[in-house]
Amino acid sequence: MIDAVSGAKIDVPRGELDAVRANNRVRGAVRGALGRLSLFSPDVAERLDAARTVLKTRSVDNVPLLERALEGEKNPSIRSAKQIALAASRLLLPERDAQLAGVKGLAASSDGDVLAILRGFSQEATAHPDAKAAAQRAIADVDARLTRLRIVQTIFQGLSLGSVLLLAALGLAITFGVMGVINMAHGEMVMIGAYATFAVQQLIKLHAPGLLDVSLLIALPVAFLAAGAVGVALERGLIRFLYGRPLETLLMTWGLSMMLQQAVRSLFGPTNREVTSPSWMTGAVELTTGVVLTNNRIWIIGFGVAVLTLVALIIRFTWFGLQMRAVTQNRAMARAMGVRSGWIDALTFGLGCGIAGLAGVALSQIDNVSPNLGQSYIVDSFMVVVFGCVGNLMGTLIGAMSLGIVNKLLEPYAGAVLGKIFVLMAIILFIQIRPRGLFALKGRAVEA
Amino acid sequence: MSQGMTRRGMAIAAWCAATVIAPAMAQTLPPIKVGVLHSLSGTMAISETTLKDTILMMVDEQNKKGGLLGRKLEAVVVDPASNWPLFAEKMRELLQVHKVEIVFGNWTSVSRKSVLPVVEELNGLLFYPVQYEGEESSRNVFCTGAAPNQQAIPAVEYLMSKDGGEAKRWVLLGSDYVYPRTTNKILRAFLIAKGVAEADIMEEYTPFGHSDWQTLVSNVKKFASQGRKTAVVSTINGDANVPFYKELGNQGIKATDIPVVAFSVGEEELAGIDTKPLLGHLAAWNYFQSVKNPTNDAFIKTWQAFIKNPKRVTNDPMEAHSATTNSLSARTTRPSSCCAAER
Repeated sequence: MIDAVSGAKIDVPRGELDAVRANNRVRGAVRGALGRLSLFSPDVAERLDAARTVLKTRSVDNVPLLERALEGEKNPSIRSAKQIALAASRLLLPERDAQLAGVKGLAASSDGDVLAILRGFSQEATAHPDAKAAAQRAIADVDARLTRLRIVQTIFQGLSLGSVLLLAALGLAITFGVMGVINMAHGEMVMIGAYATFAVQQLIKLHAPGLLDVSLLIALPVAFLAAGAVGVALERGLIRFLYGRPLETLLMTWGLSMMLQQAVRSLFGPTNREVTSPSWMTGAVELTTGVVLTNNRIWIIGFGVAVLTLVALIIRFTWFGLQMRAVTQNRAMARAMGVRSGWIDALTFGLGCGIAGLAGVALSQIDNVSPNLGQSYIVDSFMVVVFGCVGNLMGTLIGAMSLGIVNKLLEPYAGAVLGKIFVLMAIILFIQIRPRGLFALKGRAVEA
Repeated sequence: MSQGMTRRGMAIAAWCAATVIAPAMAQTLPPIKVGVLHSLSGTMAISETTLKDTILMMVDEQNKKGGLLGRKLEAVVVDPASNWPLFAEKMRELLQVHKVEIVFGNWTSVSRKSVLPVVEELNGLLFYPVQYEGEESSRNVFCTGAAPNQQAIPAVEYLMSKDGGEAKRWVLLGSDYVYPRTTNKILRAFLIAKGVAEADIMEEYTPFGHSDWQTLVSNVKKFASQGRKTAVVSTINGDANVPFYKELGNQGIKATDIPVVAFSVGEEELAGIDTKPLLGHLAAWNYFQSVKNPTNDAFIKTWQAFIKNPKRVTNDPMEAHSATTNSLSARTTRPSSCCAAER
């Protein structure tokens, strides 16, 4: 411990010190000072961060500092960040030319912060009339550019919501779509996957902390097997006695879902469990200024597509997939050919549940790991499967993505609650017109 | 305020009347029954289970001290399962079947509104521990949490101050039910009285358990790019807070740019998030576990020992429950002052 004034060393016994509590005013001031100090840092990331901080903590004193910082700057992205920061600080100068130069420097940007600065400037009394007029034009330019970028962002958000829906619905597309089992406990399989992720992460924390960053990868097979095993056990133990009786299946699986929830609640407690995100899933990628794609969402989109491809490949190209198709298309004939249809049923149901478990791993990153996790996805999952077309994986993909994008396009105008209601109403209308969904099978494959 | 005092006074009188019968006949008298009406399953279990445990702990503590007026306390726990109409049924069961003297219960305002007619009809006594929207008056219900004038308005005043960042534009964000809607109605009136224009207020609601916050967080960013300091007032309830704060962190919204002040968030709700990017976002509550004083230290110690988990956190409604039970028991063991109201 060093005395800041004299530089002398001070001895303080442990536990005698109180932490300084800073408020946001102090934090802002410290941030501005730190930004100005690290404008000349040799580290690229630090310099970029400093330029952006200086943009937000504008002052007249920054002008000569930034002019000097610009001289030696070679990195183009930091150079433009520094130019924008310089232009923003120039707006604070009283001269007309400096203000005009500032507005000109900012007009090329497409950043929400810059827009805020320009709008603030155009309302200020110190602004020169010429500069004010230029600022108005610049605002219109930047705003138009931002609106275009927002469309890109909205589509990304739609795809991201769509991929979450896809993951949640994919397992159901097999158990409900292929096998025709109305599985109300499907959401609980997702929950089991999420809790498996939590358990794996706890074990890794205790025994091999070095592996924490890859814990999600290790959790994938564990979650698949855990949910899959529960699925096989349910199918063999209960569901197979109820084939062809959809109402009873619905009631039984609904009861099961409540039992599974309460079991997890008793086992793990009612409170949310913490699943930490690995470092490669936090933060965001900035496509250009203004379009922020968060890393966890990007990974989940990729994961959703990967799982879908894998399932399609299994069904199309493996021995198990072949038998599965045989049993669903013509059970009697498949049995006559020596297929053990009972086991194929169990494995198919297990596969569907296992995929739900995989979805649980992904959802643990964006939602709460709680006993209610599955409940919030069950309605959406059925919606996607029915909308896309029961028994068609492609339909599930298109259904999930279009629902995601439509939802995100509506949300800014209608709000989260009304937006969802509109989507539900649209689906009700759609089902009236096309009761078999988007990609209905035609011809002889259609059941009577 | 004075009305509140007389109401509290009457409650204590009722509590006394029920218990000050004959302290001398202690051994022969049956225990005093205390009803606990908190959801142990369903969406609210995450928050309410803790409150059930708190009451069990306080009952346990009191019994260790010899009970009340020589009688033991006995907790009667029922599970309304986060189902609002079931709250009313369970309240009836507590009052008519179990004949409890007093009930501690509820978290959401909507469940409180559901039991209100039953408590009034059967002349029961309910202590409600959570911050709420106010605008309710009943002889039978005691709300020990903060009303908007004690929580929301001071928080907004802080954000308007120099230390809070002198916010000029406001985003009112909440879960879609009675507490956030009423609180925001009050806040909107307050802001407009302070000279904030309608165009500078954005009000948004999300369903319970909302998990996809991308659009809303982008909208907040867009709203903030209008050139004046923006602040977010959050009445988001329950576990929807976790994905909300994750999205804030991921989209890089810093508290020095857009501060978020929340009314339903404490240590418990934020367990499980990487809080580093959230440094500086605010919460307003009557109590936090981090409050430094000997009473709180002792309370935390007792709680963690009772629940057998040295890392378990406490929250604001717990404090309301424990303060209520403590002051009630203090008063009933000193009958002479039992009808003087204060807190």
